[in-house]
Amino acid sequence: MEGVSLHSMINSRIVITGVGLTAPNGDTLEEFRGNLLRGVAGVENIETRYMGTVHAGVCHFDPLKYQKRKALRIGTRAGSVAIYCSQEAVRDSGLDWEGCDKDRVGVYLGVTEHGNVETENEIHNISQFDYDTRYWTHHHNPRTVANNPAGEVTINMKITGPHYTIGAACAAGNAGLIQALQMLRLGEVDVALAGGVSESIHTFGIFAAFKSQGALAHHEDPGKASRPFDRDRNGIVVSEGGCVFTVERLEDAQARGAKIYAEIAGYALNSDARDYVLPYHVQQEACVRQALKRADLEPSRVDIVNTHATATPLGDEQECIALRNVFADCAGTYINNTKGFIGHAMGAAGALELAGNLPSFDDGCIHPCLNVDHLDPKCEMNNLVLGKPLEGKKVDVILNNSFGMLGINSVLIAKRFTG
Amino acid sequence: MTQEECKQIVVKIIADIAPDEDVSDLKDDVRLRDQLDLDSMDFLDIVMELRKQYGIEVPEEDYTKLASLDSCAEYLTPKFKEKQSV
Repeated sequence: MEGVSLHSMINSRIVITGVGLTAPNGDTLEEFRGNLLRGVAGVENIETRYMGTVHAGVCHFDPLKYQKRKALRIGTRAGSVAIYCSQEAVRDSGLDWEGCDKDRVGVYLGVTEHGNVETENEIHNISQFDYDTRYWTHHHNPRTVANNPAGEVTINMKITGPHYTIGAACAAGNAGLIQALQMLRLGEVDVALAGGVSESIHTFGIFAAFKSQGALAHHEDPGKASRPFDRDRNGIVVSEGGCVFTVERLEDAQARGAKIYAEIAGYALNSDARDYVLPYHVQQEACVRQALKRADLEPSRVDIVNTHATATPLGDEQECIALRNVFADCAGTYINNTKGFIGHAMGAAGALELAGNLPSFDDGCIHPCLNVDHLDPKCEMNNLVLGKPLEGKKVDVILNNSFGMLGINSVLIAKRFTG
Repeated sequence: MTQEECKQIVVKIIADIAPDEDVSDLKDDVRLRDQLDLDSMDFLDIVMELRKQYGIEVPEEDYTKLASLDSCAEYLTPKFKEKQSV
């Protein structure tokens, strides 16, 4: 961006120009959206080490679409998810990738955790050799460094700009996008590939820990196991997945005649400073209000609130308190949730759930919550979309919540781009 | 264990480590790196698989002896025989 001063970029409008994703119920935005509108869940039963059968959201994209088998052998599942999503995001954006200055591309991916899968696998491996560490693979370190998924993207796509992951528990998907926005405004990069990824279903530890916490979902029908806001909800369904957005400054996107999915109108990140696990509606509400203020929007201007709710009894209640406080008088604000369909995609959740709602700007539909057979009275909110999609609604503003352990809250507001 | 059998073991290991490569027609006397897309990390994997699958140790100073199938066979066949005789 020669000749353009930092001062002029710092207030740049930032837009989403491409979407690449893999979710348990879809490997493209079109497929994912279709299943959200048709009520198709993507949760199944899998066998996991030491734990036996658990419910999980499993992605079924073809990793060989963009990677060689050797890269799959050496790399990680999170890296593979990230590569698939990033390649799809660039392809979808219509960028002239060959002509693109790769020094000016940044990769910013949110992760809830990284390295557990690879460490567990390696401990299992050496357990076959009486725990002799001579059998520990030399691939362990590059697989488990925290930047791994983003780094694998740069190797695969020959990107020479900055890359790193943003560890932000389950608020990470939004945090990746926020990082992209900030780096674009600072002029650090011209194109950002940003969002979140998760490989968490491949670590038994996350299932075991949620089970020990009394927060792992169980149901005889896996498709009904993830049921945020339902009276009979009993915990989280862990999922893998990824969603990467191509993000640019508006002037750059317009200069190349790009399709614009949305403008990032506002965002906020804050902390509860309170508990390792328990959510806190006071700081969640503060985060929502801060994002609205930054977007210069009154709550009544929000058309869709996509909730974080994961189907833990307390977590859902806390978020509902926060949202009732902000949106109680907003007759035109509708509230939905995506985890009933796909479970909790951890570091990918925020980005995936935002992506699943972006088509509302064009199709005028709001996807419902799934599996709410008996609404918990403590989760009652005005305009909670249940059962079937709401149709015929002009959607201009989407507010996306994502919260995580250690009391991290993130809110991102996407606005219809109107010129 | 003949040298030919030893070569077949090495080729099988390479096929797993470099799954995109065609290992059906490797020349015995040409460096593996000149015929295949192998890097130093891959050779560490070969060393690891020899250790895991056959209990054979290749010390770092001997890594160069894994350069071609011929040199592999020359270096590894006595080690396989030693293992078989134990």
